[in-house]
Amino acid sequence: MGTYQYRRYPYTAPPELGGGAASRRPVIIVGAGPVGLAAAIDLAQQGIACLVLDDNDVVSVGSRAICWAKRTLEIFDRLGVAARMVAKGVTWQVGRVYHRERELYRFDLLPEGGHRMPAFINLQQYYVEQYLVERAREFPGLIDLRWKNAVTGVRQSAAGVIVTVQTPDGAYQLEADWLVAADGAKSTVRTLLGLPFAGRTFEEKFLIVDVRMDADYPSDRRFWFQPTFDPGQSVLIHRQPDDVFRIDFQLGWDADAEAERQPERAMERVRRVVGPGVQCAYEWCSVYTFRCARLERFVHGRVVFAGDAAHVVSPFGARGGNGGLQDVDNLCWKLARVVRGEAPPALIDSYDRERTYGADENIRHSSRTTAFMTPKTAVERQLRDGVLALAGSFPFARGLVNSGRLSKPCQLQGFPGFAPDDGGVGGDMRPGTPCDDAPVIGADGRPAWLLGHLGSRPTAIAFVAGRREASDIAGSIAAAGIADLAVVAITDRRHGDLPLTELTDRDGLVRARFGGASGVTYLIRPDQHVLGRWRGWDPAALGAAWRNCLGSGQA
Amino acid sequence: MTHLRRDDGFAGGGDAFYEQLVAAHRGLDDAASGALNARLVLLLANHVGDPAVVAEAIAAARCGLGEGATSTDQER
Repeated sequence: MGTYQYRRYPYTAPPELGGGAASRRPVIIVGAGPVGLAAAIDLAQQGIACLVLDDNDVVSVGSRAICWAKRTLEIFDRLGVAARMVAKGVTWQVGRVYHRERELYRFDLLPEGGHRMPAFINLQQYYVEQYLVERAREFPGLIDLRWKNAVTGVRQSAAGVIVTVQTPDGAYQLEADWLVAADGAKSTVRTLLGLPFAGRTFEEKFLIVDVRMDADYPSDRRFWFQPTFDPGQSVLIHRQPDDVFRIDFQLGWDADAEAERQPERAMERVRRVVGPGVQCAYEWCSVYTFRCARLERFVHGRVVFAGDAAHVVSPFGARGGNGGLQDVDNLCWKLARVVRGEAPPALIDSYDRERTYGADENIRHSSRTTAFMTPKTAVERQLRDGVLALAGSFPFARGLVNSGRLSKPCQLQGFPGFAPDDGGVGGDMRPGTPCDDAPVIGADGRPAWLLGHLGSRPTAIAFVAGRREASDIAGSIAAAGIADLAVVAITDRRHGDLPLTELTDRDGLVRARFGGASGVTYLIRPDQHVLGRWRGWDPAALGAAWRNCLGSGQA
Repeated sequence: MTHLRRDDGFAGGGDAFYEQLVAAHRGLDDAASGALNARLVLLLANHVGDPAVVAEAIAAARCGLGEGATSTDQER
């Protein structure tokens, strides 16, 4: 008996089966996993109606993706679900790496304060999906969530996509302007379109076991190379909510998957890890191999691939789920503007450009980790063991030990559509960078966070010295020619009566992180990435940068 | 006197270096891999040049590999 109570979501017969003509949808999303659900919520928050089709009627069976990175939590916060996830999740930021019995080193992922979200939380995928489903239901007029609706056909025309859907009561067809394929590593849509999924399979088998135990174990991520307590090559332990621990065993390529996935056998391994005195109860296990692969292009006509449907990586580094959420973040504001006719369809090509780059980065890191963990020849093993032998004494060798390079936000500096950097602004927030968070005092005089004021629409951040500058800005916003532009004014002491949304830089961290001398202005994309920055307030420059960004697909 | 460098000299490019090193061995049998490593050691030692630094590296590499290991303390 597991700790999580799975509920079935109710299937209802779609109205199209009653013979009514199918109405055309702006967006159909295939797959109600974390990526598909997040995309639906993101679009709904921007007023775009979407229909979500899922062939199943239950959240993820098994914990699967459990590590959610800070950037992902910031995205979830924009979608209105992060507080619940952080409250339930296990927050961790320290990782410890061992070779045999010896701790080689430990790393701290977020030594810097002044961020609302922690470096990482661990939270089982079933909770993430449940919270997203519940959030999606807060948009009844915009999100049409259909369980037990399996896509069996996809046909593209010049103007859209025609989808055939199979339900327990029969099949029907739907038309959409756009289809987002978020149907996972074994994507049906990908198969139906006959798209090759090229990549590299790693010859290694892993066993994941989730166990519940009342052990006074730390929340740190702990990784052993060549553990003394297990015959395998490596072991990884992560703590999840509900006192559930994920233990990941590297079995070797020749392991018998069928035998290893027997719970009794898996629990023998677990007992050798946790010691004889600890009570532990079996939850779930899985034997897996993996590969690193991606579609050559993520955009095929009016079909857009996101998440595992577009790219898969090894689990070490937590780059699967986190990469998928960055896809959503990048795509949805673009799709919303294209659907509304505010940007040309070519804007979606910038999603392809930016996220294939992000996927390559994830695949590169994940492949390197896997190569380090699974040496294939005698000399590879010698090199790997040489690194481990030196790592205890030589800091440089610790840097080469690779048990996973944990997901960091993708940097898009230099991509078309971002403004050239104005060399006169300090700080690291160059165009293409996802914004750092910082604590502020909100317009209502209460503590708030910078990122809470950015996102879903283009936003200018203006550092102002006082009321006169704020009034000048307020009087000239229209000159930018950006219909939905939001402007926030950063002040170093609270005025309380500015004609702009005032955020007071309580701890000086906004200024430090953004090089915010008085007059400095940033334009932030709806996905919280810096689009451009300038030494002074120049609404014409903001407008030109935004229009260039929307048209940037043609670059 | 210069000492053997212990901190990260790859300036953030350690993973790329390691990937390059492993790739250099691809397609070689054990004997050829041994030959590659030997040549690499000679080239890099020559590049370092400083005999004291090279001696320190030899001692650190030899540590724990059997009789005659030098007494350089790896635990400092």
